[in-house]
Amino acid sequence: MYVAVKGGEKAIDNAHQYLAEERRGDTAIAELSLEQISEQLSHAVSRVMAEGSLFDPELAALAIKQARGDLIEAIFLIRAYRTTLPRFGYSNAIDTAQMALDRRISATFKDLPGGQILGPTFDYTHRLLDFTLAAEGLGPAPAKEAEDTLEKDMPRVLELLNNEDLIEPALPTGEMDDAPVGDLTREPLEFPAGRDLRLQNLARGDEGFILSLGYSTQRGYARNHAFVGEIRIGEVAVEFTPEELGFSIEIGDITVSECETVNQFKGSKKVPAQFTRGYGLSFGHCERKVIAMALVDRALRWKELGEDMVAPVQDEEFVLSHSDNIQATGFVEHIKLPHYVDFQSELELVRRLRANTLEEEDQMEAAE
Amino acid sequence: MSRFDDAAYNFAYLDEQTKRMIRRALLKAVAIPGYQVPFASREMPMPYGWGTGGIQVTAAVIGPDDVLKVIDQGSDDTTNAVSIRKFFAKTTNVKTTEDTEKASLIQIRHRVPETPLKEGQILVYQVPIPEPLRFLEPRETETRKMHALEEYGLMHVKLYEDISRHGDIATTYAYPVMVGERYVMDPSPTPKFDNPKMNQMPALQLFGAGREKRIYAIPPYTEVKSLDFEDYPFTIQKWEEACALCGETESFLDEVILDDHGGRMFVCSDTHFCKTRREQGHTGVQSPDFDRTSQEAIEQ
Repeated sequence: MYVAVKGGEKAIDNAHQYLAEERRGDTAIAELSLEQISEQLSHAVSRVMAEGSLFDPELAALAIKQARGDLIEAIFLIRAYRTTLPRFGYSNAIDTAQMALDRRISATFKDLPGGQILGPTFDYTHRLLDFTLAAEGLGPAPAKEAEDTLEKDMPRVLELLNNEDLIEPALPTGEMDDAPVGDLTREPLEFPAGRDLRLQNLARGDEGFILSLGYSTQRGYARNHAFVGEIRIGEVAVEFTPEELGFSIEIGDITVSECETVNQFKGSKKVPAQFTRGYGLSFGHCERKVIAMALVDRALRWKELGEDMVAPVQDEEFVLSHSDNIQATGFVEHIKLPHYVDFQSELELVRRLRANTLEEEDQMEAAE
Repeated sequence: MSRFDDAAYNFAYLDEQTKRMIRRALLKAVAIPGYQVPFASREMPMPYGWGTGGIQVTAAVIGPDDVLKVIDQGSDDTTNAVSIRKFFAKTTNVKTTEDTEKASLIQIRHRVPETPLKEGQILVYQVPIPEPLRFLEPRETETRKMHALEEYGLMHVKLYEDISRHGDIATTYAYPVMVGERYVMDPSPTPKFDNPKMNQMPALQLFGAGREKRIYAIPPYTEVKSLDFEDYPFTIQKWEEACALCGETESFLDEVILDDHGGRMFVCSDTHFCKTRREQGHTGVQSPDFDRTSQEAIEQ
């Protein structure tokens, strides 16, 4: 007798046990430690923290280990953990001008106050496989320390332009620096969304998706002529003002990447020509992500800047509704769940429609 | 306590603040039958698209005395139903059951149970795309306006085009319904076979769409009408076959392929319904003790 399709708790348990075994791999090989992951796969950790929206390198390393290196799965683990954490309140806005810099570059000026600081970058490396890394135990020679310490005064490149009114102010006139910002993890996203929510969405959004959208602007789909005004990567202090204290206290340091772009803007008869801005920020070292994010942020500002909407990257509903890789992967992959009831319904309809057509054909032939 | 100890999660996983937020959305949804209420859907430990909306609704309404049933495709034993039932058994310790009549709370995906539901029961639907107009108009800003203005002409045009192209309305599941003569609503991807059950149902019907962050509801004894035309009235699927296990002719049947020579059989998609009938002595062509004469005797 046919036994109805049974998923069965046992089959699921067994599958999960098999997964655990596969995750560990060959037990003759030493197990990865969380420290190894956070120290040696730090870009993976950065991405998981950025898109997981939780700054915690240790938990990100754990998630990467548990997810067998599948970063979207790791981001999912972090998101599902994050959502259960109690919300004490919102920190003060971080001040990236006070950043302890690892890297700071500008593509718009050859030299500038504070100088160009390359920091640890893949840029200008030749992408040749380094076979010496395959041999274990050979540590690289320690990097030389700079003789000079960084200048204390490290002005923002875009503020240099702002001093001459050559670029729009970071905050539109009349807007307060400490105006409340939305939080799409607490309130459902509704359209049109403000720039605060757009930036939050992009910061959590999938790096690949944001990258491709940013790329599309460069190839002419809503081109916005971007220059990298400044990229900063380093540590900033997070401050929190408990209501009962009434003054702010420092609760820790986080690493962030920030990109500010300088984009072209035609003036009008009323408004003298000015450059415009795009902005990207993320946890950890995520330079590619923040550059792309700044391009997309700028493209999404078309309405405010009086431009035409001509490309997908400008379409707020399209971009914001599809940027989240946890939503995307869940829904895309859910089509592997059983759908036999729906399919049966379709099958019944197609069979009936075919029967009707064939019957009509028969009748036509008989009439002839 | 090390941070790596198994954290003690709240009853039904969600924190109380989140539950209150969801309950507020549910109350609004019940007050405006068929209207999609936005809510701040949380990330759940299951993927989006796998029932996170239904799970959040269930988590918000479940109490320690509830008896929970979870089905997917009509079956209590499909993988995702098992996974969701285990999740609530673990996070709430409530009793679970496969028996439709004994359950106070039933979370469903793609099927409404065949056994009629009673007053006091709550049915929670998992919804992937809550917007019935979505495939006619992709923009949320537009569809919300259309609902506000009760502008449903586009939907009727779609159904009309189906008839002129195929000679029939080519929507077999997620068949749009009009709720309380006001809102066109997506009944979730249940087959249209189940639409008539939603009409004037004594149980409360709640719908959760996690990824799309929408909740909607049909209060008990509300009119739910499947859209149709006077000359093309709404009809439900019918099978020429009877269930091969229990002989039922009026239930929704799943087709099971037996071999690669076209051999197939049909069985009730509602596994508990089918099991109950078999226990009552009903048999089908695949039953080991199937006897056509006794079957006919039962039918009569």
